Amino acid sequence: MKNISIIFWKEFKSFFSSPVAYIFIISFLVVTTWLFFRTFFLMNQSSLRPFFAILPWVFLFLAPAITMRSWAEEKKLGTLEILMTLPVKEWEIIVGKFLAGFVFLVVTMLLTFPLPLTVMIIGSPDMGPIWGGYLGAFLLGGAYLAIGLFASSLTENQIIAFIVAIIICFGMLIVGENFVLFNAPNALVPVLSFLGLGAHFQSIGRGVIDSRDILYYVSVVGFFLYLNQLSLESRKWK
Amino acid sequence: MIEVSNISKNYGTTRAVQDLSFRVEKGDVLGFLGPNGAGKSTTMRILTCFLPPDKGTATVAGHDIHKSPIEVRRCIGYLPENNPLYMDMGTIEYLKFIAKMRSIPAGAIKQKVEQTISICGLESIVSKDIGELSKGYRQRLGLAQALIHDPDVLVLDEPTIGLDPHQIIEIRNLIKTIGKEKTVILSSHILPEVSATCDRVLIINEGRIVGSGTPEELAAMSHGGQAILVTVRGSREEVEKGLAGLENITEVKHLGESNGINRFELISDAARDLSEDVFFLVSRNGWSLTELYRKTINLEDVFLDLTTREVS
Repeated sequence: MKNISIIFWKEFKSFFSSPVAYIFIISFLVVTTWLFFRTFFLMNQSSLRPFFAILPWVFLFLAPAITMRSWAEEKKLGTLEILMTLPVKEWEIIVGKFLAGFVFLVVTMLLTFPLPLTVMIIGSPDMGPIWGGYLGAFLLGGAYLAIGLFASSLTENQIIAFIVAIIICFGMLIVGENFVLFNAPNALVPVLSFLGLGAHFQSIGRGVIDSRDILYYVSVVGFFLYLNQLSLESRKWK
Repeated sequence: MIEVSNISKNYGTTRAVQDLSFRVEKGDVLGFLGPNGAGKSTTMRILTCFLPPDKGTATVAGHDIHKSPIEVRRCIGYLPENNPLYMDMGTIEYLKFIAKMRSIPAGAIKQKVEQTISICGLESIVSKDIGELSKGYRQRLGLAQALIHDPDVLVLDEPTIGLDPHQIIEIRNLIKTIGKEKTVILSSHILPEVSATCDRVLIINEGRIVGSGTPEELAAMSHGGQAILVTVRGSREEVEKGLAGLENITEVKHLGESNGINRFELISDAARDLSEDVFFLVSRNGWSLTELYRKTINLEDVFLDLTTREVS
């Protein structure tokens, strides 16, 4: 636990050691706020639904950008060898890095507080979907980050890590979308719709918190962190 | 302290290390010497549990690398090849991070970091980011990182590579000081490096040990004996005959002549110093001696001899 927290702080601070983190936070806030208000007044409804509807697509770029450095940079600098010869277990480092990305994402999301505040001032929204939307966003973001971390462990090139992460996240997102389900063989439809990252997000976003949805995201995170461990260990088999 | 038994490691079809075994006693400074790609780094990576060997095992301070890698890592300080560092971290921040990861108690970290900084002579750069440091300071920081938890064993992969001569001497002195108390393994492909710092040397080529011993023993192992350079004023034939007639001389090479002065190199397999014999021979015959110089065979000759013998 102590090792995880040491890694967590090192990684979390390293996000802010360059201006990149601030640029990401600001551009995320500008883009999401603008996309939200573009339709908000037209719809004339005091709800954050349009905001949460675009999140899976904005996160698609945000999460891989957060994680792309995590392992790729360690590999490129060679510091992986320092890290992996310290008396700590690999999974502790993986979890520490994951949590650093996760907290960064949570902080970024919390900075969107003016949106629910505006909605609450202008009208009287149903709070369930708002709480649910934020919870869903954290879970979905966590899944994206685990995928991004795994992608970063595959290469020493950050750009490749970024693109591979987007491809995997995009794939995981669209398998549950309707246009894929329509064309899929009937037997696969329930499996695909369960596997899709988006459907669970939408169901939590309705304000209905189902333990299956939470379990789903936790499993996705666990699965990709495990793949991450395998990918780090692969140096030993070569 | 360190015992390596029959380790082998292949990268695909390349054999990096083949059936390597050696021991290092507590307090020894062992040098790995070998050309690039000889398997030095691979052996070090196996000892630090970064890579497992395909076959064989090793123990460090009684801990097996397969069974208790975390304990092995705990008692080793490691400076990897090319001294990797986080360029965007501050010097102190980095040392504190390593100290925490090395489980140094929170109360002792500040004092430990200060102590390491003074051992490694880093006082003047404590407020800088690692990216701003010169190569020499980076190397010291790499050493500081390896030393901070006061390990019993230090594994240093090419600690002086890429430094200027002045910095090399500084780092060597640092290693010598450290080596008085700790068991050190260091690797190098530069020969004066190991003869200057190590008690024992292992010469590795193509993943195998081709020679081992103290620098002196290795020198003796290669040729035995000695070589003497003599420059004499006198007729070439007479002098050559006279020198060849001396006891224990196996070969007389004529190196050149100018204005009646001849240069010779004498090769001998005797352990006794033969320069006196040469002097008396010259004085008995009334020649005049202008130069008499006993060459000791250095590690360089041994190294070339041992690593090229394999190939040919």
